Amino acid sequence: MIYQGKQKIWADYQKEIPDNRWFYVRSCIRQNFFPGAERMFLEICRNVLGKDFFETEYHTTCGGIAYHCDTIPQETVMTIIARQFALMTEAGYENYVASCITSFGNYAETLETWREFPEVETRIRELLWKACRREFKTPKYLAHASDLIYKYRNEIAARAKFRLINRFTGEPLRVVEHIGCHYSKMFPSKGVGGAEYPYVLCGMIEAWGGNVIDYPERRHCCGYGFRQYHVKANRGYSVSNTYKKFESMEPYHPDFIITNCPGCPYFMDRWQYVIAETEGKTYGENGYGIPVLTYEEVASLVLGYNPWDIGLQLHQVAVEPLLDKLGIEYDPDAKYKGLNKKDLLRPELPGILKCC
Amino acid sequence: MMDFGFKISPSSTINLDKVDLEKFTRLHEIEPDVYKCMACGSCSSTCPAGRFSGMSLRKVILDLQRGKEKEAVAMMKNCMLCGKCTMVCPRGINTRHLILSIYRIYAEDEK
Repeated sequence: MIYQGKQKIWADYQKEIPDNRWFYVRSCIRQNFFPGAERMFLEICRNVLGKDFFETEYHTTCGGIAYHCDTIPQETVMTIIARQFALMTEAGYENYVASCITSFGNYAETLETWREFPEVETRIRELLWKACRREFKTPKYLAHASDLIYKYRNEIAARAKFRLINRFTGEPLRVVEHIGCHYSKMFPSKGVGGAEYPYVLCGMIEAWGGNVIDYPERRHCCGYGFRQYHVKANRGYSVSNTYKKFESMEPYHPDFIITNCPGCPYFMDRWQYVIAETEGKTYGENGYGIPVLTYEEVASLVLGYNPWDIGLQLHQVAVEPLLDKLGIEYDPDAKYKGLNKKDLLRPELPGILKCC
Repeated sequence: MMDFGFKISPSSTINLDKVDLEKFTRLHEIEPDVYKCMACGSCSSTCPAGRFSGMSLRKVILDLQRGKEKEAVAMMKNCMLCGKCTMVCPRGINTRHLILSIYRIYAEDEK
């Protein structure tokens, strides 16, 4: 087959993703923000789809937060990453999947640096050997966890108990997809669909019955950005970015937002509360906000898991209106009960943003 | 409203579809040269008032095209009509005359 014109350009952004045998590394912050997401990723891949996913308790941070806050140099990050690769090599795996977008960007940056400057890789190998007597092979394939759910999207759709359809109107749900900046803005060829038209989340939404909506600030940052948020004096800049994004998507009335980054769902979720308290404005229907979910949470809902078992009670914006639209039954009294029926305590309700 | 110690910055977005350019059209009728400006900034860099007061004819023209009339008129009040900008304009625009015309049209409400 001869590829021509745009078909050829598009072919450059198709990513080869092996089907099985992955070494999984978690994110530093996701487990605090939305702890159900990573657990559900492993649950779906291992128990629902029967794939081989290995994770080890010995892996550490990738150093991304410190790197992007300019507190550690790139050599340190590369040595940390080399150690992660050593753990993968010792476990006998060749495919490396990261849960975090920042980590994914860091791994891609490191592998690209080593490809361009092999002497740097040699130096890092020496540093790693000196530091902890480990050796490593670079991964054959590097993927972000959303790439894998994208790959398995049709298998998930085949097992789906619910589809992204509004049961009151029979129309597909209107979904905003938000891609983490470090997924493909730095290395377009590493992401599915490149930087301008990333298809990774669109593919999931379409496979599960929803409608992707386009809006002017679609590729705008969520507002997190490390130095914007971590320095308190800059937080106004962070929330202003989020505000700009919500103002831009508001006329299109999205039912929910799906994201593939640790920071994006957190900030787009929590900043809705701050915007409501400072500007008096809410973006959902009837005083509610727009629910912001991770792709694992959406996949779990589609597969019919209990919303409270996948951690949806930890979202600031109430997800109940969305669950009603999807036709998913839930027990409101069980919302703040843990897996072991432990009482998680009820949070204080915000003043303006309506929560259930 | 709650005080978090930080707040949303006002947006600098300008919706050109909502800008009323009626006065700018009138200005163009009596000063066709206004479209000759290529925003090189020679006028602003030679302006003796610019350094102290923020006066910049380049910015004034840009602001008027973007509907930021109040800012433009406020800036114009610092002009001393010395005419240095007219001497350096590479497009030969009679900037002094342009400034007077702008003032006549845009500051008429203040008379």
